[in-house]
Amino acid sequence: MSGKMENEMELMFDAVSYNEGLARVAVAAFVSNLNPTLEELADVKTAVSEAVTNAIIHGYGNVEGYAGKGRPVQQPADGKKPGKVRMLCKLERGVLKVLIEDRGKGIVNVGKAMEPLFTTRPDLERSGMGFAFMEAFMDDLQVESAPGVGTIVRMQKKMTNDPWIEDAR
Amino acid sequence: MEEFQVIDHCLMVKLPKEVDHHQAGYYCKKADTFLFQPEVNHVVFDFEDTEFMDSSGIGIIMGRYKKIAPLGGKVYAINVGKQVKRILDLSGMSKLVEVL
Ligand SMILES: Nc1ncnc2c1ncn2[C@@H]1O[C@H](COP(=O)(O)OP(=O)(O)OP(=O)(O)O)[C@@H](O)[C@H]1O
Ligand SMILES: [Mg+2]
Repeated sequence: MSGKMENEMELMFDAVSYNEGLARVAVAAFVSNLNPTLEELADVKTAVSEAVTNAIIHGYGNVEGYAGKGRPVQQPADGKKPGKVRMLCKLERGVLKVLIEDRGKGIVNVGKAMEPLFTTRPDLERSGMGFAFMEAFMDDLQVESAPGVGTIVRMQKKMTNDPWIEDAR
Repeated sequence: MEEFQVIDHCLMVKLPKEVDHHQAGYYCKKADTFLFQPEVNHVVFDFEDTEFMDSSGIGIIMGRYKKIAPLGGKVYAINVGKQVKRILDLSGMSKLVEVL
C-alpha cells in the first residue's frame, strides 16, 4: 500500500456507563492500523475514556455504574432516555483527531472546569483529574461548551508509528 | 482470589481488568462495608488483573485513603502495571499511597 492513510469513523451510543468500554475499544481498533506503541494506545484510550465518562456523568447525569455480579445493568432512573454521546475519529497524515460530543447540561466556566483537581461532583468520588489526563496524554485539547446546550471535546495526537511516515522517508 | 479479603488486618481489594466509572461505584461501596470492621486497619489494592485505569480509579483510592488515613491506616498499591503507574504518578497518588 502506498501513500498516506486517511480514515474516518463516527459512532453514536447511549450515554450509559457500560459504553465507556465500548468507546475505548473502538478508538483502539481505529488506530490499530498505524501500529501504535503500547503507550500511545494507552494514552488514547485514557483520554477517550475521560471525555466519554464526563459526557455520561456530568453531561447527562447518568451516574449509575455496574452494580455487582448478577445485578442488572443500570439505566437512568424513572425510565428516562439516557441521551446520546457522539464520537468522531479521524486519521489525517498520522494525526488522530477525536471529537466527543454530548447534548447535556454544558459547562458554565470551561477554564475553571479544566483546572486539575476541580470537580463539581466530589459526592460521586470524582477527583477532578479528567481534563488534566486528556491534556497530558494528547497533544492538543479544545473544549467548547454552553450551559443547556452541551459540550464538545476535541483532541489530537500525532501517532509516531504511522506507516505514512515510513512511506515518506 | 476473592475480590475482597481481609488478611492480617489488611483489606485486600482485587481490582478488575478495567477500572473505570462503570466499575468504580461497586468497588467503593463494597470496600467501605469492610472498612467499618474493627479488624481492618489498612487497604491493599491489587492491580494484578488490571490493564486499564482512568480517573475513576483515583476516586476509588483517594476515597478509601481519606477514610483510613485519619485512623492511622495505610493504603498500598501492588502489582502495578505501566499504564496504572502513570495514572498514579500524574495524579500525585504515588505520594499518598505506597506503590509496591
Ligand atoms: N461533558 C460535560 N458536561 C458537563 N460538565 C462537564 C463535562 N465534562 C466536564 N464537566 C465539568 O468539568 C468538571 C471537571 O471535569 P474533570 O473530568 O476534569 O473532573 P471530574 O470528572 O469531576 O473528576 P474525574 O474526571 O477525576 O473523575 C466536572 O466536575 C464537571 O463539572
Ligand atoms: Mg471526569
